[in-house]
Amino acid sequence: MNMNEEELLRNFEEKIDVDQKIEPRDWMPEAYRKHLIRQISQHAHSEVIGMQPEGNWINRAPSLRAKMVLLAKIQDEAGHGLYLYSAAETLGISREEMLDQLHTLKAKYSNIFNYPTLTWADIGAVGWLVDGAAIVNQVSLQRTSYGPYSRGMIRICKEESFHQRQGYEIMAQMAQGTPEQKEMAQDALNRFWWPSMMMFGPHDSNSPNTGNALRWRIKRESNDTLRQRFIDKTVQQANVIGLTIPDPDLKWNEERGHYDFGEINWEEFYAVINGNGPCNKERIDHHKKAHEEGRWVREAALAYAEKQKQETLV
Amino acid sequence: MEHTQGKLWEVFIQSKNNLPYKHAGSIHATDKEMAIQNARDLYTRRGEGRGIWVVPSDCIVASNPEDEESLFDPGVDKIYRHPTFYHMPDGAENI
Ligand SMILES: [Fe+2]
Ligand SMILES: [Fe+2]
Repeated sequence: MNMNEEELLRNFEEKIDVDQKIEPRDWMPEAYRKHLIRQISQHAHSEVIGMQPEGNWINRAPSLRAKMVLLAKIQDEAGHGLYLYSAAETLGISREEMLDQLHTLKAKYSNIFNYPTLTWADIGAVGWLVDGAAIVNQVSLQRTSYGPYSRGMIRICKEESFHQRQGYEIMAQMAQGTPEQKEMAQDALNRFWWPSMMMFGPHDSNSPNTGNALRWRIKRESNDTLRQRFIDKTVQQANVIGLTIPDPDLKWNEERGHYDFGEINWEEFYAVINGNGPCNKERIDHHKKAHEEGRWVREAALAYAEKQKQETLV
Repeated sequence: MEHTQGKLWEVFIQSKNNLPYKHAGSIHATDKEMAIQNARDLYTRRGEGRGIWVVPSDCIVASNPEDEESLFDPGVDKIYRHPTFYHMPDGAENI
């Protein structure tokens, strides 16, 4: 490292320390850029892949209202993906490269979307728990040090507030319905609780990338802090609608002022990350297929743009 | 890598009549019409706008962060450009 680069690094870290945002044209360390590209593109892929488990229920939504709401929610998720892809592009990676990394399994997306949505109650559980967990993470990321990422998060958080409410509304309705409906709601909670807990990632003691990410304020809070916040918020909501969180070790700890909870099955977490979840293959295959089937549209659009260019030249 | 996603456009939204257009983000599109439609779909799903500008990103000329001082410092120390710089005689009204 030459003097110049040392100075640049010092300026960069001084800015971070006083909470000034880093903008695309500002100097930044390569490791900062790399970490952001990885994190933002994975975040974008999660929004987009996350449309699949929900899309699975559009045609089978139980009412026109439910169908309109679900469509609007899924359209928002597409939008979130696009905001995030744009934010990543400001760091010098192209949209095509990101799609390629997704298709070749070089880029990950949130594990949670590798679980299937088996019943309508699962749509409730996804909105309530999965969007709920995502919101806790995203609210914290509004204060991330990279300007375009932060602005994307602020916009996303505004839109997310209805997502969790629509999911919780479904769960509340089913929990108050027939015994079979209540059972369905409880079953959805049972299956989505632990994978939602895993959404925050490994324990801090086991999270190799956390150090730099916190120092450079890409992340503002650690995995365990965010996970605890999610649990503390969600227990009361489950109680209100008469559902039981499937964790026998869950207990209020007066001293800590937080809920204690049971051990997460990290073996399952790593198995799913490494491609062995129930739906990993299906999700990527579907995305590839949709991308392939859209090829003629992209080609036609590019041909049309080319033709217009020729015409203005004549 | 093959470029299939259309070019990048910056999107500016006017949220209400008589307010300035503000940068909202960017989109991809292959032509002007698609750019307006994509911007509409992406940035105004909740009535956030009544006007949209889209500009090809490569048409925007931006200042360099390194030039911040030379560009903007001259405007910082000219306090006589602000009305509070001036002493008004006691008793003068409506000024
Ligand atoms: Fe989202
Ligand atoms: Fe959402």
